[in-house]
Amino acid sequence: MATLDRTDTLDLSALAPESVKADTRPSFEGWIVDKAKLIDVATALRDRHGFDLLSSVTGVDYFPDTMEVVYHAYRTIGGPGIVFKVQVPRHDPIEIPSLTPVWPGAEFQEREIWDLFGIRFTDHPDLRRILMWEGFEGHPLRKDWREPFYEEDYKPLKSRWPEGHYVSSEDKTVYKDNLQYPPNFDPEKAVFDGEASLYGALARYTTTDAGLKTDRIVLNLGPQHPSTHGVFRAAVVLDGETIVSLKPVMGYLHRNHEKIGERNTYLQNMPYTDRLDYFNSMSNNWGYSLAVEKLMGVRPPERAEYLRVIMAELSRIQNHLILIGMLLNDLGAMFTPALYAFEERELILDIFEAASGSRMMCNYHRFGGVARDLPDGVLEKIRGLVLERLPRKADEFERLLTENEIFISRMQGVKVIDGDDAVRYSITGPVLRAAGVPYDVRRAQPYGVYDRFEFDVALREHGDLYDNYLIRLDEIRQSLRILQQAVSQMPEGPIIAGKPQYQVRVPAGEAYGRIEAPKGELGYYLVSTGKPNPWRYHVRAPSFINITALEKMCVGKKIADFVVILGVIDIVLGELDR
Amino acid sequence: MYGKGIIKGLGVTLRRFIDTYLDDFAWWGRRYFNPEGIAHRSSKNTRGIFTVQYPEEKLPVPEEFRYVPFLVYDERGDGGQEIRCTSCGICAKVCPPQCIWIVRTNDPQTGRPVPEPAEFFIDADICMNCGFCAEYCPFDAIIMDHDYEIASYQRNVFNMQQLLKPASYYKGIRPLNYQRNEQERQAKLAAKAAKTEAAS
Repeated sequence: MATLDRTDTLDLSALAPESVKADTRPSFEGWIVDKAKLIDVATALRDRHGFDLLSSVTGVDYFPDTMEVVYHAYRTIGGPGIVFKVQVPRHDPIEIPSLTPVWPGAEFQEREIWDLFGIRFTDHPDLRRILMWEGFEGHPLRKDWREPFYEEDYKPLKSRWPEGHYVSSEDKTVYKDNLQYPPNFDPEKAVFDGEASLYGALARYTTTDAGLKTDRIVLNLGPQHPSTHGVFRAAVVLDGETIVSLKPVMGYLHRNHEKIGERNTYLQNMPYTDRLDYFNSMSNNWGYSLAVEKLMGVRPPERAEYLRVIMAELSRIQNHLILIGMLLNDLGAMFTPALYAFEERELILDIFEAASGSRMMCNYHRFGGVARDLPDGVLEKIRGLVLERLPRKADEFERLLTENEIFISRMQGVKVIDGDDAVRYSITGPVLRAAGVPYDVRRAQPYGVYDRFEFDVALREHGDLYDNYLIRLDEIRQSLRILQQAVSQMPEGPIIAGKPQYQVRVPAGEAYGRIEAPKGELGYYLVSTGKPNPWRYHVRAPSFINITALEKMCVGKKIADFVVILGVIDIVLGELDR
Repeated sequence: MYGKGIIKGLGVTLRRFIDTYLDDFAWWGRRYFNPEGIAHRSSKNTRGIFTVQYPEEKLPVPEEFRYVPFLVYDERGDGGQEIRCTSCGICAKVCPPQCIWIVRTNDPQTGRPVPEPAEFFIDADICMNCGFCAEYCPFDAIIMDHDYEIASYQRNVFNMQQLLKPASYYKGIRPLNYQRNEQERQAKLAAKAAKTEAAS
């Protein structure tokens, strides 16, 4: 059976008995580490106990007394993970030592915590805001921070029912528009930071090579650039065509998903998770329902588990197809491969639509099951796809591209990242596996019914662009294998445990649910206080964390390679910016 | 041989090109602008181009398809409307973006709430089409629509008059769901009748 509900049994307090204590709050797990000993404990975990992958770092605001930072670390050889926390009193300045020197993958996550919680990380190499802009006032995920047009702390809002009256948000400002200025703010006279800190973070761009004082070129790729797949921007310093330094700039699509999530009830969050990685709403739903089910202690019935597997694997196939298609588009093979990929995706989305009611925003999972059973004939359609059409189409893609000499000369030998670095930078998903690390949550810590299927963890060794392309085709084939088993074993029975409820009772406690999403490890960290709304709702977004190593991947390469590297990392901005 | 891979790849595109014409011949006159052709183009056996020429052709939406909800009324014999909604507020409470506003009716004499909404607003620009309102409505009074062509130059804030649609329309777009709901309703009514009979 799945090992989901356990954390590692390692006794951390043996490392430093007076500064590490077990977390004794009911339904909480892990260890509370003294902040002075944090780096020692982390180093020991990584070097002596093999927890080489820092999966998630996040903050929790236990208003009004404490701020907490929660770390989840795993072994890439598989098995349960370990949780450790640092608690500090909640008055500014709040400072915690940075773990970036131990696990470089913590860099962006710590910046995010600084941005949203106002916790400073000492010795962090580049502690700037990441999702909000420089000059933004306040730290939005603190419990005492309130947004413009704030109504109430928790939904449902009373102005809807029972005191229903309709007010348009445009009517709330004198400008009749959705904006709000701080008092005494005059947009005519405002002086903005001008991104000096961003350019300051880039490597110095005046050199004195051979006695000549030369300026290197600073180039801003994006936010409006077709290769960035959305509003993503990279500030790059170039020496000729070679990248010397690179800083990603993000947050253009930021909507503070987590704050919205903490206002919502548990069930209301489900459709919001669709909007994270909008290609794979079926996977996003699963990660979230897994975390909530862990808190509630329910298990979905068999048929629901199989439905989940089928939908998630179909979703993975269409995600990888799109990736390959759009990658070729980025490379300049204008649109034929992309449209071939979209054709197959269309058929998969038809299935999603028939089952869930929507093509992309599926909202299919419920706690303890799924929303609807498959309508008549849909299972037949899935069978037709996974047994006949999709294997054929995977072969067709292989013929179309894999041996193409132009494609190979462009892709082969351009290293994205090697395996050790990928683990240090917390990269997960196909990019990690293409670099030769066989780490897949479906195998490392099986959830759902993945322990029943026979499949291989797709693996390539070189970690170059070509391997990153090939691994997607491998994963499509493995997903088809899983699907073929799943449709033939599919049991009859109920699709949800218990009666469908619109207000679920979630006992107090914390939970971390993680799944292997098509883009990497997708995790949800939840803290419940027993109320209808989560106290803390955090998304460990694979796109966001995989991008941490972008500079490492790109430095020394040509600017044209940046486009392809970004293409194979497979970012999606809905998830990256949250 | 250098270039073999490219030629192989071009073979795939050529194949697709030819397939489109072969399929056109095989489905002569039936491939476009008729339901059978559309169904063929979205089946696993389709070959070549399978674009649907929107808006001249439209993909049929499956029964579960959900778009901005509407309110159901039953037609009375005298042509009046019997609104199923009792303004219990479950839809407004479960709505994730909180786009439903219900104004309740109060009895003018007693001041107590009456189970019928005075006004009902849905801000369709905020609605995220999640379908929770319809899923959790205990009276099947609010149902997700199939009409997705609601683009307009104004904000779409629908009031009750705009939202109301007859039960026959519901039956038309979601026959299976309607049937299931009706059976449940009949069962409930029968149970209630049996109870009152037993009591008397």
